[in-house]
Amino acid sequence: MFRLPRADTKTVRFAFDDQIITAQTGDSIAAALLAAGHRSFRDTPISGAARGPLCLMGVCFDCLVTVNGAPNQQACMILVRDGMQVRRQIGAAGVVS
Amino acid sequence: MKVQIAVIGAGPAGLAAATLAAQKGAQVTLYDEQAAPGGQIYRGLGTQSLTDPGILGEDYYHGQTLLDGLTASNVTHLTGASVWQVTPDRQIGVTRDGTTQMHRADQIILATGAMERPSPLPGWTLPGVMMAGAAQIMLKTSGVAMPGAVFIGSGPLLYLITLQYLRAGVPVAAVLETTPRGNMLGALRYLPGALSQMNDLIKGLGWLREIAKSDVPFIRGVHDVRLIGDDAVTAVEYRQSGGWKRFTTDHVFLHQGIVPNINLAMAAGCNHKWNPLQLCWTAETDKWGHTNLSGIAIAGDGASITGAKAAEHAGRLAALGALNRLGRIEAATRDILAEPERTELPKHLKLRPFLDALYQPAPQFRTPDDDTIVCRCEELTAGTIRKAVDAGCLGPNQLKSFTRAGMGPCQGRFCQLTIAQIIAQERGQPTTDIAQPRLRAPIKPLTLGELAQLQTPDQLP
Amino acid sequence: MIVIGGGLVGSAIAYGLQRKGVQTLMLDEGDIAFRAARGNFGLIWVQSKGIHFPPYARWTWQSAQMWAELDAELRDVTSAKLDYLRPGGVEICLNPEDLNDLAAELKTLHTHAPHVKYDMLDRHELAKLLPGLGQNIAGGSYSTADGHVNPLALLRALHQGFIAKGGQIISGETVAEINHHADSFAITTQAARHSAARLVIAAGLGTQKLAAMVDLHVPVRPVRGQNLITERLQPFLRYPTGIIRQTAEGTVQIGASSEEVGMDESTSPTILASLAADAVRVFPHLQHARIVRSWGALRTMTPDGYPIYMQSITCPGASAAVCHSGVTLAAAHVLTLAPAIADGTLPQDTAAMTSERFADV
Repeated sequence: MFRLPRADTKTVRFAFDDQIITAQTGDSIAAALLAAGHRSFRDTPISGAARGPLCLMGVCFDCLVTVNGAPNQQACMILVRDGMQVRRQIGAAGVVS
Repeated sequence: MKVQIAVIGAGPAGLAAATLAAQKGAQVTLYDEQAAPGGQIYRGLGTQSLTDPGILGEDYYHGQTLLDGLTASNVTHLTGASVWQVTPDRQIGVTRDGTTQMHRADQIILATGAMERPSPLPGWTLPGVMMAGAAQIMLKTSGVAMPGAVFIGSGPLLYLITLQYLRAGVPVAAVLETTPRGNMLGALRYLPGALSQMNDLIKGLGWLREIAKSDVPFIRGVHDVRLIGDDAVTAVEYRQSGGWKRFTTDHVFLHQGIVPNINLAMAAGCNHKWNPLQLCWTAETDKWGHTNLSGIAIAGDGASITGAKAAEHAGRLAALGALNRLGRIEAATRDILAEPERTELPKHLKLRPFLDALYQPAPQFRTPDDDTIVCRCEELTAGTIRKAVDAGCLGPNQLKSFTRAGMGPCQGRFCQLTIAQIIAQERGQPTTDIAQPRLRAPIKPLTLGELAQLQTPDQLP
Repeated sequence: MIVIGGGLVGSAIAYGLQRKGVQTLMLDEGDIAFRAARGNFGLIWVQSKGIHFPPYARWTWQSAQMWAELDAELRDVTSAKLDYLRPGGVEICLNPEDLNDLAAELKTLHTHAPHVKYDMLDRHELAKLLPGLGQNIAGGSYSTADGHVNPLALLRALHQGFIAKGGQIISGETVAEINHHADSFAITTQAARHSAARLVIAAGLGTQKLAAMVDLHVPVRPVRGQNLITERLQPFLRYPTGIIRQTAEGTVQIGASSEEVGMDESTSPTILASLAADAVRVFPHLQHARIVRSWGALRTMTPDGYPIYMQSITCPGASAAVCHSGVTLAAAHVLTLAPAIADGTLPQDTAAMTSERFADV
């Protein structure tokens, strides 16, 4: 991946399943995961097919991940923060207690 | 909460509308789901931009004037605000920071902008396949680019992102252009009208020249495309008139033009009609952007695709219309203030019909083969849609009942255009005659818990 | 035979007729139709029906008992997946007064319909059936008689079955006029003229106007129900309830509002918010579930809420049928009502369900 230099960025670290991802401030979760080489973020609830982001602007709903326990979050609409736990969204959202 | 003028969307139309309305003394609230203003076209501007300004091009940095205008104004700018409903009586359902409220506005200007036209083709649901606009967003907000990508499709944005990649030194595997060769013939009749927007025409030709001069394989007249891979894309196969050829790649960017983001306006009840040249639904508005719903106007690409510069003028005209309807300015004053916009706006519309005709997507990318997925959310193919039409579904609403097409979380954003054209094709009717999809709130995700908050008395306006 | 109306009632009758060898043409408005089916929850509900009107309780029970047969047949004829299940159903009472009222109603039902088995449950017992049940619930009832099905899949299967049996559907036509001459009916739509020896008007909210043209008084009015549906969730709710149901796809449907607003299908934030609040009260974990869509649908409501089945006397060969429980009654419509209409009559079990019962209204 290419990371073109930007002004005033800091490093952010978060977890994607069991992997630690190094990202930059201003990254959406989607951009950070793509930059780290992950093209697929979820398995669909219908066929289990692997899907990844399509539009990065919040209209395709293909980039869904679980963030800090909350399922079906649009990865492109959430900025990364230190210590976030992001997980692949496998199938339908489970019951959140 | 009561709002005098609500502007929804902080792209060029929204920024221009909100700033002008506030300058004329109205109380203006600007709602936008992003953390920073700019919409999609000026996304990332002013916040951690790329250190090399030569990559994104001067059009991008023009947006700074709009951002400065907002900063200097007293517009109430609600960032991270997801507007999930607008009602005909001008209530606005909005969620921000986990808090949901209904606001009431005296005037609403919808400026929800554009999205990319869906580009259904075999394998387009594979991970690694994204829209060209996604490449731009990654670049603008994060400086992230994918080397060795194949860009596939038709339209100025495709050339622009290719160019931005080249200027950034990112290797591009190929550009496969799917513009039908015959389109130029149909577009020529619009060329005389376009000549007054000569600068933009020259600029576009300059882009093409720059790409052609590079060593990127630039393949034109591509007729068919299929994307290969199991769990993710591994290759692109394409053909022009001869046999299939192939590029190996991990990243594909698709583009077949842009279309208005209509969900909020349609769900509110604003009238739209099918535009046979632009091949999408456009809003029915008067010259102030005013719709059939009293006090609700639409400005910019969200009404119909006219580009970022035109959107600024349309935004200001919508603001003037709203100010007059509010009683803040007289009609005579409104008309005088509108004069500079009325002079400038047409200049930015001259090239549009030519571009619309030239880059009209080829039919095989609008009404794909039976095996291609059309409704991504419900994983339904074009064949399933066609079978349902043959079994008697006249329109998208019946089709939705029978197949679930359009029932997923994207709420038809990536499938309804394709569905409408497939129905028209199967029934041998113009798309204008096909019923429009019935869209409903919430048009953005809203949890039951968030909606339930509205029960508490202090949340109701 | 012409059946006017391609909704749940019309298509069930049309399928039932065609299946009995009566060559039938179904006229359907198509994509613009109000389509009460869209508002249907998919419940095959017995435990709250006809409490004060035994013929309807009986008719409902019979239909529920025949539903498995209808499901098997439609699966056979069309390969449709209806997701028909009969695990029993639950009425949930949020407040103690509701629970008392429900107990009294079910006791009344029991006096003329003892075959409908049910249990009254307090909150603790109810929570065993409904894991994740909220604390702020009074209790409810559970009846083995109830079930559920995918209402849109049912509608689609009835249409497909009708065609498979040789029926003809014309979609996109709205009937403007019906004229009776001698032994036939001339039906005029905006696009064409059709004629047949016999006619069934099952046009939902459009029935009153059309039925009058054959001297039938079928009073109906629209009653709006608003609905919410969530994203797909992993299965947690086995039993259909009167206000919340988890579908086979995993989506959760929430409904049961009732408003008299005329022909207005739009939704209102206040009602939707109260539906959401009730859902979260019943299953607190649902507060995190995303709403994918809301909609309003108009039920076809007669003055007392019970069906109307009638045959015309002055225009022999014309009948009308309306109800708001098109899913529950689908089996009876296909397997009992349609065969009777094919024979030129109406079933004995529907004798009390003409509009004459409104003579004082």
